[in-house]
Amino acid sequence: MSTNSITVKDLRKTYKVPEREAGLKAAIKSLVARKTKDVHAVDGISFQIEPGEIVGFLGPNGAGKTTTLKMLSGLLYPTSGELSVAGHVPQKREREFLQQITLVMGQRSQLNWDIPAIDSYDLYRAIYGIPQEQFIADRDKMIEVMQLKDLVKKPVRNLSLGERMKAEMVGALLHQPGVLFLDEPTIGLDVTMQRRIRAFIQEYNQRYNATVLLTSHYMADVQALCKRVIVIHHGKLLFDGDLTQLVERFSAQKTLVLTMSDMNGKTPDMAQYGTVVTQEPNRVVLRVAKSDAPQVTARLLADLPVTDLTVDDPPIEEVIESVFDAPETSE
Amino acid sequence: MSELATPIKPEPRRFGLRNMLTMYAVAARQAIIEQLQYPAANMMFMVHILIEPVIYLVVWSSVATSQGGAIGGYTAAEFAGYYIIWTLVRQFNLAIGPQGFHWRIKEGRLAAELLRPVHPLLPDLGYYLGYKVPQTIYWLPMGILLWLLFKPEINPVAWQIAAFPVVLMLAFFVRFFFMWLLGLVCFWTERVDALFELYFAAELLFSGRLVPLEVMPTWAQNVANFLPFQWTFYFPIEVLLGRVDLPEFWPGVLAQLAWIAGGYTLVRMIWKLAVKRFTAVGS
Repeated sequence: MSTNSITVKDLRKTYKVPEREAGLKAAIKSLVARKTKDVHAVDGISFQIEPGEIVGFLGPNGAGKTTTLKMLSGLLYPTSGELSVAGHVPQKREREFLQQITLVMGQRSQLNWDIPAIDSYDLYRAIYGIPQEQFIADRDKMIEVMQLKDLVKKPVRNLSLGERMKAEMVGALLHQPGVLFLDEPTIGLDVTMQRRIRAFIQEYNQRYNATVLLTSHYMADVQALCKRVIVIHHGKLLFDGDLTQLVERFSAQKTLVLTMSDMNGKTPDMAQYGTVVTQEPNRVVLRVAKSDAPQVTARLLADLPVTDLTVDDPPIEEVIESVFDAPETSE
Repeated sequence: MSELATPIKPEPRRFGLRNMLTMYAVAARQAIIEQLQYPAANMMFMVHILIEPVIYLVVWSSVATSQGGAIGGYTAAEFAGYYIIWTLVRQFNLAIGPQGFHWRIKEGRLAAELLRPVHPLLPDLGYYLGYKVPQTIYWLPMGILLWLLFKPEINPVAWQIAAFPVVLMLAFFVRFFFMWLLGLVCFWTERVDALFELYFAAELLFSGRLVPLEVMPTWAQNVANFLPFQWTFYFPIEVLLGRVDLPEFWPGVLAQLAWIAGGYTLVRMIWKLAVKRFTAVGS
């Protein structure tokens, strides 16, 4: 499956949106002179994804992630730029292209709510022209992997959010797409369900060498599945590289966790070493500037009865937050 | 975790006539499964549908009786026959309306359908064909009850009875394509209730839905000849009433086929523009 690559060159999507001030006067004025403004939802992003890669596509709400996924899946026509997905131009929406992709949107359902998922799967079989034997084998395996055996026989409206999402995932992959666009596939799910969906995506990716572009606000999804991340903000690309590099580049601080032996009731002034995150009698969590970390660590070891000390990067959520706060520079 | 099944096949799958027929059959089966789940709701819907023709029936039967037994060539018993057949025709020509389209766009269903490698119209067609099966089952007791209550008079001969299912299906196709066409307006704007009302008012007047066309003024009958509506209500009803002779029947069938072809062509043309617009502005 060498064709499952994604190429994006200088992709842009600009919407014209009506602009009107508040009040009756502005409302009357807008009848004769309607003002619009251009909103650049996606503003010149470029990247390349190789077949079989799982890439995290990150950004705050309104960053342009979903718009990009919609353009990649042929649901939106780009304002400018070049796109190639699995060897096709998405906006042409050719049958062969549509057979090779899937777009799962965590907040949108594709299954018919009033009938059991297993009956909806039948329609997918007919629409994608999947041979009956292959369909049954794949469907049953996926149902087994997702532990949906009895659930697919219930009307979809009777399923919980997590159960429905699992059923949606099976439906979205029955035609064995080579390129998966997953927009918040674990949104609103509990930890167990999130883990199961992640495992399923991983299994599918490994089995079929499928290319996956995944957006998620849950960093656990990204950490578990994606070696590489692409970060966009205000439609512009902020970062494209390894997750570890992202942490390295955008994390300006280190977290020091100290465990100390009994200090006979004395409480040392920890603020002199850095920002105190938490302080208990024998355990302190400090935040220090990355550049100061070696020096502060040496001082702590010299000044205090330290029995254990760890130096960590801050949680990935904080790193991502700092990326969004960083000045906008493309790379 | 157990392994998934067969490896991915890189070659594209062909979608031939057989696939298409399978898709219609599966979509129809889905509609049957879906509708059979809600017998109470469907019976209520049936009652709702019956209110309209029963009002017409009572009014026009009374008018016919007061006018000396007939109006526009219809006796009270023939009016009863007309409106009872009306209820069956109405079941058959039901199709997705503009509200359905609006819901589809709003809920993101249309986006999901656009990701599939078939035109959304095709599964729709299968679905609405299947829809007729449970609706006919739900209609039967109501139809029998109306028959017993109003004692209609209908006089079809054998060929008219045999032709009725054919013209009934053709009526469905005519209405299906024109309702789809109307639904496509939602791609441009959601606030076109006035346009929909205008369309349904025209349908009410010129289809024979409100009253048989013979009862309408001549100008209205002339206007109706240039519109698709009469082929979706009036024509199939008249066939089963036994009021359409062979010389009128074949031109009627040809008119139905012409409107189907016209509706289908318009849907195809406007669909391209609609998708272009949808992919330009998003859902």
